[in-house]
Amino acid sequence: MTSGFPEIWDTRAFGRALDQAFNGIVAQWGETLELTFMPVLRFITGLERGLQYLPWWMVVLAFCLITWAAARRWQPVAAVAVLLVLLGLLGIWDAAMATVALMLAATVLSVLIGMPVGIAMARSDRLRRGMLPVLDIMQTMPIFVYLIPFVMLFGPGKIPALLATIVFAIPPVIRLTDLGIRQVDPEIVEASRAFGASPRQQLWTVQVPLAMPTIMAGINQTTMMALSMVVIASMIGAGGLGYQVLQGIQRLEVSRGLIAGLGIVLLAIIFDRMAQSYGRRVQANLHREGM
Amino acid sequence: MQAVKIRVDSVSKVFGSDPKAALARVEAGMDKTRLLEETDHVLGLHDINLEIRTGETFVIMGLSGSGKSTLIRHFNRLIEPTGGRILFDGEDILGYDEARLRTFRRRKMAMVFQRFALLPHRTVIENVMYGPLLDGMAKAAVRARAEAQIALVGLSGFEASYPAQLSGGMQQRVGLARALATDAEVLLMDEAFSALDPLIRNDMQMQLKDLQGRLGKTIVFITHDLDEALLLGDHIAILKDGTLRQVGTGADILRAPADDYVARFVRDVNRARILQCGALADATMIPLPGTPEIAAEATLEAAFAVFADGADCVAVRGSDGRITGALTPRKLMEALARS
Ligand SMILES: Nc1ncnc2c1ncn2[C@@H]1O[C@H](COP(=O)(O)OP(=O)(O)OP(=O)(O)O)[C@@H](O)[C@H]1O
Ligand SMILES: [Mg+2]
Repeated sequence: MTSGFPEIWDTRAFGRALDQAFNGIVAQWGETLELTFMPVLRFITGLERGLQYLPWWMVVLAFCLITWAAARRWQPVAAVAVLLVLLGLLGIWDAAMATVALMLAATVLSVLIGMPVGIAMARSDRLRRGMLPVLDIMQTMPIFVYLIPFVMLFGPGKIPALLATIVFAIPPVIRLTDLGIRQVDPEIVEASRAFGASPRQQLWTVQVPLAMPTIMAGINQTTMMALSMVVIASMIGAGGLGYQVLQGIQRLEVSRGLIAGLGIVLLAIIFDRMAQSYGRRVQANLHREGM
Repeated sequence: MQAVKIRVDSVSKVFGSDPKAALARVEAGMDKTRLLEETDHVLGLHDINLEIRTGETFVIMGLSGSGKSTLIRHFNRLIEPTGGRILFDGEDILGYDEARLRTFRRRKMAMVFQRFALLPHRTVIENVMYGPLLDGMAKAAVRARAEAQIALVGLSGFEASYPAQLSGGMQQRVGLARALATDAEVLLMDEAFSALDPLIRNDMQMQLKDLQGRLGKTIVFITHDLDEALLLGDHIAILKDGTLRQVGTGADILRAPADDYVARFVRDVNRARILQCGALADATMIPLPGTPEIAAEATLEAAFAVFADGADCVAVRGSDGRITGALTPRKLMEALARS
């Protein structure tokens, strides 16, 4: 092969070494990791089964209650109810519930990991400088690339799908938690310090509440990104709506792909409504005027 | 004379990466501008010595950038000095560790901010309860105390409002109530009234004077408004470029400005509001019976009103009840023209 760039070092040997090292890790740790993640797997499967076995109207009711708690307005509640019923009418209820389970698990874990990381970044400029390029890589690296190691470690299934989804979807929560906390009016933080707040009290009484609208925007983005991963994740055994799309491709059935795709769009709108209306309510609390 | 509450002992502050080294260069005679140009360090304060006494209102004045905010933030160690000592009731607060410092901030000093700095996501009463709750007091007791403070600043009925629903003057009353609620001995007020419009500002000044009379707190008050300083301050300190130019009572500073800077500072003050009739009364003139009278402590402004009614001479009555002399429009003009 006539390559334009001279071969200065042996990339093949490097590649082999890398593969071997990783194979070693898989052999050594694969089982341990699989065991570690068993509870997570049980949680997702349990959630999925629960959502599928509950009567559909109870699921709709539960979604409506959550939306009401978040928004305190009836419009988003009605929108969520109508969209869910539409999902059922399209005949993809079970697949949609499988997707919801995986997505909820990915989002919850992303928030649980991402918020503390974002808070730590807001407090340390050094950590921030180190983390920003990592986040950039996580967001720009093609998703298929990190499917490989996860599948090698866990074999095809829900866990590698979940982990790949988290890696892909977590950056917005981290970034926007950091940004939100850094944007809090320094005078208000100073006031809390002047009244004798400890760093922890400053965080929970001032910084996190005031950063909440921004953090919610991050969580919303994370949810959307997790949802956009479902088709790809289904290639490694995540099931759900993504799997329907995949089958549509394999069998060249336009209708199957279209309906499942529509289902994903509906889910996106549902979660966007829920997250946004909560964000808006938090925001309104911060700048309440003449009521 | 009252005991010293806060003693500031040759405090200096340099902002930058290596403040100690920069301070050494200042000690060797480098001035603020050259320090900034050559070392990229900002001289915030240099060799400040002050005594603030229990129960007085101590005003710190100076132009923008003179270091007022920097100085007041040393009193509760929101800013750490580069050199010097700060004593509170004779105790060196720089020796406090984090926990001790927090207790000190919770119980001894409370602060009121220029732009209010209320917690926007909390109601008025929750804002006022903030300090005592940080200190771990029981919620019921704190609520009762907060209600009392809100009533004291005249905001009863607004407990459940959010700060953004209130006018600037009302928000600053909340700021004041929040500071009073901690029951601290010292109130630090950094341009607390500067963001308010003149009428409300005057209102707040009167309210503060009234509160001070009732509660007897020690107040450190920053302003760049000389009229406000003269109205509120028992003592006034004037800062320029991080150095202390003069400390004294308002009358001291008006009568004998320490240098040109201070003289220019006080030039535009409304003397008619500060100078008292007693000081200008001509003892050699015996006013005729029936001449309008005025108290010796009354300001010249009060005398204007009497002259405006057509009198061409007023009798000045001293605090002992005797007539000390007479004041003429001419004498009054002379006093005001001298500046
Ligand atoms: N964190 C900081 N880093 C660097 N320089 C600072 C810092 N804080 C204050 N300064 C500098 O210290 C000097 C005094 O500032 P300070 O805020 O105390 O002034 P001030 O008298 O309160 O002014 P104003 O009336 O505008 O509030 C200024 O030259 C300012 O630029
Ligand atoms: Mg200032």
